[in-house]
Amino acid sequence: MFHLDADVKSSRFRHAVPLTTVLVLALDTATPAVTAGVVDLTPDSPPRLLAQRVTLDAKAHGELLTPHLLRALAEAGRSLADVDAIVVGAGPGPFTGLRVGLATAGALGQALDRPAYPVPTPDAIALDAHSGVPLLVATDARRREVYWAAYDAAGHRTGGPHVERPADLAEKLSSLGLAAAAGEGARIYADVLGLAGLGVTLLDAAHPTPVGLVRAAAREVLARAEPAPLTPLYLRRPDAVEPAARKRVTRA
Amino acid sequence: MTDRLILGIESSCDETGVGIVRLGPDGAVELLADEVASSVEEHARFGGVVPEVASRAHLEAMLPTMRRALDGAGVELADVHSIAVTAGPGLAGALLVGVSAAKAYAAALGKPLYGVNHLAGHVAADTLQHGPLPKRCLAMLVSGGHTQLLLVEGLAHSITEVGSTVDDAAGEAYDKVARLLDLPYPGGPPIDRMAARGDRCAIAFPRGLTGPRDNTYDFSFSGLKTAVARWVERCERAGEEVPVADVAASFQEAVADVLTSKAIRAAKDLRVDTLVISGGVAANSRLSGLAAERCAEAGIELRVPRPRLCTDNGAMIAAIGAHLVAAGREPSPLDLSTVPGLPVGTVQIV
Ligand SMILES: [Zn+2]
Repeated sequence: MFHLDADVKSSRFRHAVPLTTVLVLALDTATPAVTAGVVDLTPDSPPRLLAQRVTLDAKAHGELLTPHLLRALAEAGRSLADVDAIVVGAGPGPFTGLRVGLATAGALGQALDRPAYPVPTPDAIALDAHSGVPLLVATDARRREVYWAAYDAAGHRTGGPHVERPADLAEKLSSLGLAAAAGEGARIYADVLGLAGLGVTLLDAAHPTPVGLVRAAAREVLARAEPAPLTPLYLRRPDAVEPAARKRVTRA
Repeated sequence: MTDRLILGIESSCDETGVGIVRLGPDGAVELLADEVASSVEEHARFGGVVPEVASRAHLEAMLPTMRRALDGAGVELADVHSIAVTAGPGLAGALLVGVSAAKAYAAALGKPLYGVNHLAGHVAADTLQHGPLPKRCLAMLVSGGHTQLLLVEGLAHSITEVGSTVDDAAGEAYDKVARLLDLPYPGGPPIDRMAARGDRCAIAFPRGLTGPRDNTYDFSFSGLKTAVARWVERCERAGEEVPVADVAASFQEAVADVLTSKAIRAAKDLRVDTLVISGGVAANSRLSGLAAERCAEAGIELRVPRPRLCTDNGAMIAAIGAHLVAAGREPSPLDLSTVPGLPVGTVQIV
């Protein structure tokens, strides 16, 4: 099922046995969900969830992610030493929370000498949605904007991710030919996006799941590919203004 | 008991620091590695630290800085006994990168985690160079983020704030005055260099909060900054060339004078005979020179760590971590929060 490309770079990680069952730790902090899960991945069957801890709290990523992953591992009867690979959502998502997942995954990978694979968070949501039709994934970008990406019926990304005002996205939607929508942003802005009028079905998948995250990286994980850098998909530049000419303190 | 390696992670402002110290069976703390990646240049054109720019830089720098520290000390993560990380005070988003990474390192290694106070770390940095502190001492922290007088009665036991700035930090005043004088950011080093060529008695700039009714140990630098601005503007209006060296020297004199006189006064009042000066501004030549003069007159021992230990770094966090481990403190929980406004009295988050 997972074809191995000849051009996949061989890995510097020597520890795990190749291509049997792989124990994957999946993390995501790109949405209000603090997500940690333990997933079994084998070449010929869908990823299997062993345990997960998910809390909806946009302010608690920093507190909860590590306790969550330890509890999920404990429930699965495993330890961090058993983990063969880490998969982490790279966003886009609100910056402060987003960095928690990537910093955690990077440090775990370094300390355990295991590969940590970043995946775009909407890709995981798209795979979770199993839509079978062209799909919009939109998550909440705050500031009355959404992060969005478009997918074909097979779940391959055809556009995005972008950050945009829902009203501006709405103007493009009809030309994208989408039949379903997923992600919390699609639910929050369903009216502004005019989903009902376009005949777009709103699906349940709101936040990425551990299985969706692992599916998004399955081919690379099983190939033991060299991971891409753990670079967040920020999509926005930092808010910072260069100071204007200095202001006078005395009256001219 | 054998040697224990303590890892320190710092990310409260614009420096990503990883330090490693060895805690000996006798409680001695020895520096093994001190790696810092700074994003200061990315902030220069904004004239101050931009939190989001700093946070992004921390995430990029964390793993490579850790690698360099381990290689520098010739150890592996598995050799580490405990991990200390700055939990506050500092920039919320910046702190979160270091704390998230530290939790993951602690979880992966199965080692204790200590969420510590950055300010206590600044004081502890001195023990890496000058050995243990006396039972009681006064510490003055001066940097772009802090200006504080602290009574330290055991690093792991009691740190009490005696005084602090009511407005700008001393380093902030340097940055603002540097901008007035068209000198680069950060303002400390260029003003110090410029001042060396000027007359520090040329202009009598005000000494903040030194009146008889002012709080004896608190500082204020916003009035001084405004006075410099007025002086420069008066020159410009009169069509005179601004004597940049004299302004820099006179400004620097006002800062050094008020910092050292209040520190000496506090040391005498509290009957302590050791003053530690740490933080980025501690490297300022006039501050350390005047402090040395006045401490000698007052019979107070002055301890100023080398500049590298004064600025933000991971070694100082490892050092305070080592003092907590040596004192037998319980580690912090893995669900510990970052506390951007952490008061100095809280040395460790439990
Ligand atoms: Zn500092």
